[in-house]
Amino acid sequence: MENLERFRYIFFIFGLVIIYLVNIILPYINPYYFQIIIFAGINIVLAVSLNVINGLCGQFSLGHAGFMAVGAYFSSFLTFYYKVPFPLALIAGGVLAGLIGLGVGVPTLRLRGDYLAIATLGMGEIIRVILFNLDIVGGARGFPGIPKYTSFFWVYLVVMFVLVSSYSLLKSPQGRAILSIREDEIASEAMGVNTTRFKIFAFIFGAFWAGVAGGLWAHYLQFLHPSSFTFMKSVEVLVMIVLGGLGSISGVAISAVFLTILPELLRYAKVLFNTTVDPRMVIYSLLLILTMLLRPQGLLGGYRRKVKEQ
Amino acid sequence: MITEIFQQIINGIALGSIYALIALGYTMVYGILRLINFAHGDIYMVGAYAGYFAITSFKWGIFPSFIFAMLICAILGMSIERFAYRPLRIRNAPRIAALTTAIGVSFLLENLGIIFWTPTPRAFPQVIPLKIYQGIYERFGIIVNNRQLVIISVAIALMLLLQFIVNKTKIGMAMRAVSFDRETAWMMGVNIDYVISFTFAIGSMLAAAGGVLVGIYFNRIDPLMGVMPGVKAFVAAVLGGIGIIPGAMVGGFILGIAEILVSAFIASSYRDAIAFAILIVILLVRPSGIFGVATREKV
Repeated sequence: MENLERFRYIFFIFGLVIIYLVNIILPYINPYYFQIIIFAGINIVLAVSLNVINGLCGQFSLGHAGFMAVGAYFSSFLTFYYKVPFPLALIAGGVLAGLIGLGVGVPTLRLRGDYLAIATLGMGEIIRVILFNLDIVGGARGFPGIPKYTSFFWVYLVVMFVLVSSYSLLKSPQGRAILSIREDEIASEAMGVNTTRFKIFAFIFGAFWAGVAGGLWAHYLQFLHPSSFTFMKSVEVLVMIVLGGLGSISGVAISAVFLTILPELLRYAKVLFNTTVDPRMVIYSLLLILTMLLRPQGLLGGYRRKVKEQ
Repeated sequence: MITEIFQQIINGIALGSIYALIALGYTMVYGILRLINFAHGDIYMVGAYAGYFAITSFKWGIFPSFIFAMLICAILGMSIERFAYRPLRIRNAPRIAALTTAIGVSFLLENLGIIFWTPTPRAFPQVIPLKIYQGIYERFGIIVNNRQLVIISVAIALMLLLQFIVNKTKIGMAMRAVSFDRETAWMMGVNIDYVISFTFAIGSMLAAAGGVLVGIYFNRIDPLMGVMPGVKAFVAAVLGGIGIIPGAMVGGFILGIAEILVSAFIASSYRDAIAFAILIVILLVRPSGIFGVATREKV
């Protein structure tokens, strides 16, 4: 627990300094850089929350974009139609995403491994199709005119909350139970851990923060469209946590920032190779494959390999 | 009403036979490696483009183009396995690393496609002139065209060929052995790398066939055409029981028919959701799929 206390102070002091500095710099900063900073923060929230499901609990979920979409749409719906205060709307979006996580988790978490992956993928697609047909939030036309509430302050606050809550979870008895499920589900059940309950708990935790991240995203872009929340979005987050090293919270957060900046840096590749086509995504995917081949445990991975493949 | 349902079922079988062809590749690879080969949908895309270029640039007929597309994809599938999956397999890397690599390969193929062939959809040449069978229409009120018959018969012929290879040949026996227990098969002297390579080649050939058939049927190909059919074909494989070859065929047909029925009678905007709704129901009721045998986890 001492470790945690130290972290809390570090976060607190670090946070005060950063917020103070940023508030000074903010009016002068290039809006492009500012947007990258905001997206990096949102990606940290997404990656750290997915890490709780995939990395700590070992349940392979591919439906994160779905939870993000629920949070984004619901919080925007509240602020747009009912003028609900932003923090409340964010929390409401997260809670609805968490409830959907509960509804999806109870039946699907009985499934194992790849089946769970494909079921959560399907769930994400179903959410997207429903949003596509939901006229009150614009349906296929998209949802414009969302008020711009997301500022650096809110993003920072949510990032801190998600980091602190993940670390606290990791060090708590509940977190240990969740880790034991990842290591060996049968053994953990034999030791008296209610595996279903903790799997659902991890699932709701991840879904809640994904919903909050979605709310931040919506109130930054001020426009939502169901096509932003495809399977590709879930894969993007998955790539962040795999590169960061499954289960390592700090690694995942760093890799979320790195992978937000990398595609932007790769824009220069177009100039460098003097081509008319954009080689950005090709380089991105090549880097992904090479990283996996050279370091399958992730760039900063502390994930211990299983002794024996099941 | 009845004739309309039959009409849509015919359309569904045509679409379903393409899903089935892609699903076979998924199911064989999963059966042997326990890996969701996300790049499989993109191999199907490459197959469609190979067929397109064989017809337009080389001015080949439909049959040689078909074979050409299958050969190109067989080579592609084997090289993906050789250079992306085998190094991970040898090092016994975590399964999620293999899965991420598969996603990376899928991204790579899509984006190379966008760079080399531009994202603009292309019209697939109309190599088989459209012919509607008037006799069937007059008698039953159902429109059947020759392209649908070509797709369905080619798909079924390929599936029968695959069944023959898997069940009656020596390499088929090796494939079944590796899928049943890789280590024991290895100890019995089966060349595992060769068998896995062969599986990728066969699966990719079937996907290429699906790609060319889709080009003939829908007349339109683009570099991202493989994403959705790829995922749906995987659903079809799970639906039939993953790793089971007849299961993938049946799953593909069910999925194609269900999708067409939903878009005809409910709303076409829900057609992508139905596949996943079916999947979730099947997983809850019978997680091992229609033909699957439930296995108990060993402690």
